[in-house]
Amino acid sequence: MYFKKRFVVLFFLLGLAVISGLVKGAVKIPLADLLLKDNQAIFNLRLLRIAAAILVGSGLAASGIALQAILRNPLAEPYLLGTSSGAGLAAVTAAILGLSRLYMPLAAFLGAMLSIILVYSLAKERGLIADKSLILSGVIVSVAFSSIIVFLVSLFGNEAMHEMNWWLWGSLQVYDYKLLTLVALPVVLGICGIYLFAQDLNAISLGEEEAVHLGINTQAIKKILILITAVITASLICICGIIGFVGLIVPHMMRLVVGPDHKILIPVTCIAASIFVVLCDLLSRTLFAPVEIPIGVITAIIGAPVFIILLKKGKRI
Amino acid sequence: MSELLAINNVSGGYYKEDVIKGISLDVKEGDFLGIIGPNGSGKTTLLRLATRILPLRKGEILYKDRSISAMDLKEFCRRVAFVCQDISTDFSFTVMELVLMGRIPHLKRLQFEGRKDMEIAREKLFLTDTLSLKDKRIDELSAGERQRVIIARALAQEPELLFLDEPTAHLDIGHQVQTLDLLKKLNRKNGLTIVMILHDLNLASAYSNRIALLNKGVIFKEGRPEEVLTYQNIETVYKTIVLVNNNSITGKPNVVLVPGEK
Repeated sequence: MYFKKRFVVLFFLLGLAVISGLVKGAVKIPLADLLLKDNQAIFNLRLLRIAAAILVGSGLAASGIALQAILRNPLAEPYLLGTSSGAGLAAVTAAILGLSRLYMPLAAFLGAMLSIILVYSLAKERGLIADKSLILSGVIVSVAFSSIIVFLVSLFGNEAMHEMNWWLWGSLQVYDYKLLTLVALPVVLGICGIYLFAQDLNAISLGEEEAVHLGINTQAIKKILILITAVITASLICICGIIGFVGLIVPHMMRLVVGPDHKILIPVTCIAASIFVVLCDLLSRTLFAPVEIPIGVITAIIGAPVFIILLKKGKRI
Repeated sequence: MSELLAINNVSGGYYKEDVIKGISLDVKEGDFLGIIGPNGSGKTTLLRLATRILPLRKGEILYKDRSISAMDLKEFCRRVAFVCQDISTDFSFTVMELVLMGRIPHLKRLQFEGRKDMEIAREKLFLTDTLSLKDKRIDELSAGERQRVIIARALAQEPELLFLDEPTAHLDIGHQVQTLDLLKKLNRKNGLTIVMILHDLNLASAYSNRIALLNKGVIFKEGRPEEVLTYQNIETVYKTIVLVNNNSITGKPNVVLVPGEK
């Protein structure tokens, strides 16, 4: 009952965010005129962006929660295992090679998946994966790839630079609804997949041995969840590049509100993160319209101080 | 009493070297077995082998004549539970949430705790005198309270065999006696079989009906407290001089330290 009320409130807020996302923009359309034929093109475009924002918000939130629990590290976020720099490197390389923009999402997806495979195999020792070596190899691969990106940019200049900025700071400009539906499928399935393990995530967040003592095959579940989060983030990167802080901050905020029980935390955080991304996208379009600020900048500008406040308040995260 | 757990010539450890070197030990139904031994003698490693945290390198462990490594892990955890020294986590679950996790081995995937699981959790909280704490977060509790909650969670698994790794390590003497009294009651009244690592020789003596003394990865001596806790055995294994007399209340051996410097 208690939680049902919270869900109603969250859905209401999401509805409000969606409506303001539809109404506001470079051109303001009053609510009543939104469905007029003249405004159809703008309406469709904004609807597509909002759909993308909800997909990105919930996908990043669910992945962030899963990684924070299996690595028992409050600083874990969806890009921790090298997906972001892998996707960026692949996209920049594709741009330099002169590939058509149509292939960019595919290149980014492959780059992200390849870097996760690299990180995973670096971290594996005797068939087992240790949390610390996973995080370390993620950081190492990210740093290595990022410096290769900068190296390429300094050699090849503008073309690569533009591409790099787009990927590294994210954008929800989605023109292609086919690509969006293609990406929605693995992301939605992935979120459902993570939810299937809600109970196991509770036990694993107490510690690996604790979870084994509760009958949970931690090694297998860790592998499955790393794969699921990799597919979700790689798919999201194809449509919107990298949007930081969402998968890190929103789970922490929601843990303070509803507690760490993943059965409740996962759905609540998915909705909250959707609201957050829809609003950040709105700000990125309207703040300096007609210039659009990359959404990653907005999430970071809002996210960083919120995160600092959370840490300073000394609450257990 | 029939055999519940049979450890047959088991070896195992972490890196190349075996920590446990060919141990055989039987646990009978209704046993209260204390495991003692100096630091590094392999007590915790033995429990890790017996609860499937570490793989066996040699030998086998049978639970009611079935090899534990062949059992389904969830089924194993419905029969055998483990109580650790303390839980440290960044995730502040409430006491009730933590104890309900003990029901995980009884639940299928996506099956959430039902009324019956809530009742069992409440019953175990009541039993361990922690029902009033049920809505507190585990990081708000004192060490003694948290230890009782961890025991409640293990009991919620409704096991037949309970392993404990120094459950009294962080407790004052009052809470030590309280915790061990509870375990003794569960052992006597509910027939719960208990295998427990203890550092305090006198607690082991007072509560166990059998004691296994470990030294350098093998069992040095196993038997009733008065057979194991002799000054010769203790002086050989712990390399320290002690005096053993009788606890006038329990009639069990009582180990007295002899300081080297006065």
